[in-house]
Amino acid sequence: MDWLASNWRTVLDLAVSHLYLAGVPLVVGLVLSVPLGWTAKRWSRTYFAIITSAGLLYTIPSLALFVVMPLIVGTKILDPLNVVIAMSVYTVALLARTVADGLTAVPDHVEQAATAMGYKGLRRLFGVELPLAVPVVAAGLRVAAVSNVSIVSVASIVGISQLGDLLVDGYNRVIWGELVTGILATVLLALVLDALIVAGAKVLTPWTRAAGGRA
Amino acid sequence: MIRFDGVTKQFPDGTVAVDDLSLTAPTGKITVLVGPSGCGKTTSLRMVNRMIEPTRGAIVIDGQDTARMDQAQLRRGIGYVIQHAGLFPHRTVLDNIGTVPRLLGWDRARTRERSRELLERVGLDARLADRYPTQLSGGQQQRVGVARALAADPPIMLMDEPFSAVDPIVRDQLQDEFLRLQDELDKTIVFVTHDIDEAIKLGDQVAVLRVGGSLAQVAEPAYLLAHPADDFVADFVGRDRGYRSLQFQPSPRLPLRSERTVVLGERPGEAGSAWLLVVDEHRHPVGWVEPGRVGDRPVEDADLHRGGTLARADGTLRGALDAALSSPSRRGVVVDDSGALIGTVLAHEVLSAIEDTDRPERDERDPVRGGAVDVAGEQA
Repeated sequence: MDWLASNWRTVLDLAVSHLYLAGVPLVVGLVLSVPLGWTAKRWSRTYFAIITSAGLLYTIPSLALFVVMPLIVGTKILDPLNVVIAMSVYTVALLARTVADGLTAVPDHVEQAATAMGYKGLRRLFGVELPLAVPVVAAGLRVAAVSNVSIVSVASIVGISQLGDLLVDGYNRVIWGELVTGILATVLLALVLDALIVAGAKVLTPWTRAAGGRA
Repeated sequence: MIRFDGVTKQFPDGTVAVDDLSLTAPTGKITVLVGPSGCGKTTSLRMVNRMIEPTRGAIVIDGQDTARMDQAQLRRGIGYVIQHAGLFPHRTVLDNIGTVPRLLGWDRARTRERSRELLERVGLDARLADRYPTQLSGGQQQRVGVARALAADPPIMLMDEPFSAVDPIVRDQLQDEFLRLQDELDKTIVFVTHDIDEAIKLGDQVAVLRVGGSLAQVAEPAYLLAHPADDFVADFVGRDRGYRSLQFQPSPRLPLRSERTVVLGERPGEAGSAWLLVVDEHRHPVGWVEPGRVGDRPVEDADLHRGGTLARADGTLRGALDAALSSPSRRGVVVDDSGALIGTVLAHEVLSAIEDTDRPERDERDPVRGGAVDVAGEQA
C-alpha cells in the first residue's frame, strides 16, 4: 500500500497506456473482423480458410510478433504502433470466427424475410444481420478484451510502457508492493473493459430483455 | 396478373422441383397452390419474387418478364408473408411494419403513420406498437407479418403457409380476417398451403400440384371438389368432398317451420316436445333445453345444450345441413342476417333441396385455366 501511495501517478499513467494499447486494437480488430466474418459466412467455401488462418495467427507468440512488426510494417523498434498492430492481429484472430458465427446464427426465416423485402448489401448487413449478431459478437469481444489486456503486458520486454512494467520491475527488484499493484491494476482494467462491453451490448440489444408481458 | 409460362426448376443436385408449370394468377384474386410435401409449391412461390431463379420458362407480371427486372425493386413491390412470420426480432412491431416503406425511402413520420394505420387494419391493439416480436403470441406475430407485407401497398402478395403454425381456432380467425381484408384490398395473391381445407376456404382458384412439381388441376374450389381431374386430385381433396362442396352452394329457399321458444331466465311452461329452443331477449338462439329436466323453474345458463350450429337463411347448403345434423332436436336452427331466429329445418328437407340442385359446373368465363390443365374425364 505504501508503494502505491507514493507511485499512484505512475500507475495511472501506465494504466492509461495499457488501456490504449489493449483498447484501440479491440476497435480496429472488430472493424476488420466484420468484412472477414461476413465473407466467411457469405461464401461458405472461404469459411474454413478464413477461420483457420485467423486461428493460426493467434498461435504466434506475442513477443515474436512485437519484435518482427517493425520489419513488416517499417516502423521504429520502440514505436507503440507495433504493439497496437500486433494486438489488432490477435483481436482479428479471435473475432473473425465470432462474427462469422454470429451472422450465421441469424434465424433462417428472418434471412428469408429480409431477402423477400428487398434487403441487400450493406443495408442488410447493418440493418438486419449485424444487429442480430450483437449478443454473439459481444461475447467474443469480451474474450478478446481480457486476452488483449493480458498479452499487452509482454510489451514491456520490447520497451513499450504499460502496467507490465510494474511486473518486470517489481520482479527484478523484488518490490512486492509494485508486483501486487501491477497484477491488481491489470485485473481491474480487464474488469472495466469487460463491464463496458457488457453495458454497450445491453444498450444495443433492448429486444433481448423484452420477455414476458404477452398481450 | 401473374403468369407462369412453362416454368421449370431443376436444382443443382438434379431434383426437379417444378416441372413445366403454366398457370395464371388473375389480378385481384387469391390463387392457392396446394399439394403434398415435395410438390414444389413453395419453390413456385419463391420464383415469383426471384428468391429462386427458374431453370426454364418465364414468370410474367402484368406483361413484364420478372427476369428482366431489378431483383430488389421487384421484391419491394411484392408483399411476402411466411410461416413463422419472419419478423425482425430486434425491431419493434411498428418498425417491423414500416420495413419496406423505409427501404423505399419514405420519411420516418409518414412510415410511422402508415404503420399505425396497418396495425389497426389487421386488428391489433395500438398498445402493441412498441413491443418486440417475442412479446407477442403466434397469432399476433402473424398479423404483424401480414401488416408488414401490406405496408407499401404492393399490388401482389405472396403467402407461404402463413397460418400453419398457429392453433386451429386462431387459424380460423386469421383466415376469416384475411378474407375480409382481401375483400377491401383486392390484391393479387398467391397463397401456398398443404391444407386442402384452407385452400378451398381461401382460394378463388386452387391449383393442385403433385410431387415432382407438375400441375394436376387448377379450378375454382367448388369445381375441384365436384370434378377432380384424376385419382391423385380425388385422393388429395379427400373423403368428405361431397359434403364439403355444399359450402359453395347457396341455400335455395328452404321450407322453414316455426319453433316454439322460451326466453333464457323464464319458465319453459307446458312441455310440448322433448327439446325446447332457448333464445335471448333479442330472439337470438342460445341453445336447447329439455323441459322435462328443468321442470317448473326458470331456464338457467347451465341447462343449455349448445351442440347445435346456426345456419344463415342466405347461407350455404352445408350450413343448413350441418345445423340440422348438429341439433339435439334434429331441427336445424335458421337465423337471419342479424342472428335472430327465423325458423327450423329438418335434415331430409335440406337433402331434398340438395337433390334439386345441380352440381357446380365450370364457369365458361373462367379466366384462370392454365394451358397445362388436362381434365382427364370426370369421376363419379
